[in-house]
Amino acid sequence: MGPNLLVNYGEAVAMILFGIGFSNLLLQKNLIKKIIGFNIMDTAIYLFLAEKGYIEGRIAPIVVDNITSVDKYINPVPSGLVLTGIVVSVSGTALMLSLTIRLYRRYHTLDLDEISTMLKREDRS
Amino acid sequence: MTFIENFPFFSILLSLGSGVLTSIMNKKAARIWNTLIMLVIGSLSFVLLVYLLGTGESFTFMMGHFPAPWGNEIRAGALEAGMALFFVMIMFLSLKGGEQHLDEEIEESKINLYYIMINLLLSSLLALIYTNDLFTAYVFVEINTIAACGLIMIRQNGRTIEAATRYMIMAQLGSGLLLMGLCILYDITGHLLMSNIKESVALVYAEGTYNIPLIASIAMICVGLAIKSALYPFHTWLPNAYGNATVSSAAILSSLVSKGYIFLLIKIFYRVVGFDIIVDSKIINILFVFGLLGMIMGSVNAIQENDIRRMIAFSSVAQIGYIYMGFGLGTTMGMVASVFHILSHASSKSLLFIAASGLTDVSGHSKKFEKLTGSGFRNPIAGLAFSIGACSMVGLPLFSGFISKLLFAQAAVQLSLSKLLPTMICLAISTVLNAIYFMKTVLRIYTPVKGNREKIEMPNKGKYTFTLVCMIVINMILGCCSQPIVDWIESGLAIFG
Repeated sequence: MGPNLLVNYGEAVAMILFGIGFSNLLLQKNLIKKIIGFNIMDTAIYLFLAEKGYIEGRIAPIVVDNITSVDKYINPVPSGLVLTGIVVSVSGTALMLSLTIRLYRRYHTLDLDEISTMLKREDRS
Repeated sequence: MTFIENFPFFSILLSLGSGVLTSIMNKKAARIWNTLIMLVIGSLSFVLLVYLLGTGESFTFMMGHFPAPWGNEIRAGALEAGMALFFVMIMFLSLKGGEQHLDEEIEESKINLYYIMINLLLSSLLALIYTNDLFTAYVFVEINTIAACGLIMIRQNGRTIEAATRYMIMAQLGSGLLLMGLCILYDITGHLLMSNIKESVALVYAEGTYNIPLIASIAMICVGLAIKSALYPFHTWLPNAYGNATVSSAAILSSLVSKGYIFLLIKIFYRVVGFDIIVDSKIINILFVFGLLGMIMGSVNAIQENDIRRMIAFSSVAQIGYIYMGFGLGTTMGMVASVFHILSHASSKSLLFIAASGLTDVSGHSKKFEKLTGSGFRNPIAGLAFSIGACSMVGLPLFSGFISKLLFAQAAVQLSLSKLLPTMICLAISTVLNAIYFMKTVLRIYTPVKGNREKIEMPNKGKYTFTLVCMIVINMILGCCSQPIVDWIESGLAIFG
């Protein structure tokens, strides 16, 4: 495990970032901080994919100067996955931000627990 | 390749395309168009099911121009086609049953937006059922989540927005884990198509070099999908979402959305990792424990509830516990029981939600139990439908719930004592708890109230009655003629691998 960890330090960093983002999304009370956590989590996955797709000493998979040899280019599939993932996470972020705006306009707070308490009070009255 | 093999692709594309089309229609056109599309997709799935039952085999359909290891694929067997047909039927009935409420609760100009969400949800469910590519599955999981979020928040009030936010947070946690798991699996195997991954996973597992990352990735996928389908400790968003959304949304969310993720998990068990490796990896034991916990805790929470919609929502938590418990048994019998329970729960839960909406309508739109007293007399058909749904949930013979409990018990008795005992004890306790809260409700809606006994006429009663009768019939068919359905599930799972 030891030597592999040093070689794959990029993946290790990605996993740590994933953990940070995940726990922020789960544990933060503030909705904006939650969304930031969500973005860190998703970006960490893209970092992981980019690290996995990169091969030392090769170039981006765009054919230039008519070089068609496979050995010249990095693996294009993870890059494609990252692009798809970015689209997905952008729409998720947009939806969560719009929900946050609506909640803030109604309850003038970003704290989800506080909003729940207010809702319970509304129910009783 | 015969023409029929295009049908899964047609179904997905039709619903996806009509999602776009509905955005420029007005309310009435959108509704008619949506009904038409559902009927078309239902009949396509039916033809496909008959065809596949005839051939007894599955087929793969190449999407685009790249062959197997690179391109994208659709795969259909009898199980997938039948599931698609069943999902479309339940969605159609849930929509028709809640139409009245849609008109009352949602702004006129937003109703066509509701049908966009419905179409997107349907296309993503169909894609989850048919796809043979893991990353496509992930993308459609996200589409499913976003569409479901829209279904919750289309009725605008503080509660639904809060519920949608909580739902979104939990769902994003789940899809983060799912995506990370998929990426690690892709790195280990180098493939994204399910059949190719399965070959590589078998090789890697036999060599034993990457066992820890492999198990970790499978665990991440399992936990991610468990969070999204509201397995017990992750169910906190569920009661508010189901309790406050408009009734069609609640019925569709509880009976279809969570089932889509569970069906994807079954596909991953059988087609990506291989059932033997899953059983060998002990991950299912964790699902087993949480399934049992969910069965008990969901019912306990439901008993304490004083709101009929939230009670039904908590009952969903218990029923999803049953499904995961079936996975945890680790045998094909247990899997068959789980798949049957998916059908049984979907049919009874949508019936309960639609019936409960009829009962609350005649009780001054209050969901509290005190107001519901005697509502079974005021709205006889809703009362009858609710009682049948309740009997099915408790597991009385003639209804679908009985068969799924029987199948779970049959699957459990073949196992060693360490799994047999907890399963049986929890099944018994959960059945008793189910009986407590459902029979309590049935007794309450049939308790006569002095004085005020007149029937309250609802507008559009014909459609509502028709949907309830259809749902009751589906439930009774599942309960009375279960053998052909169980055979179909068994043969479908057999050609899954």
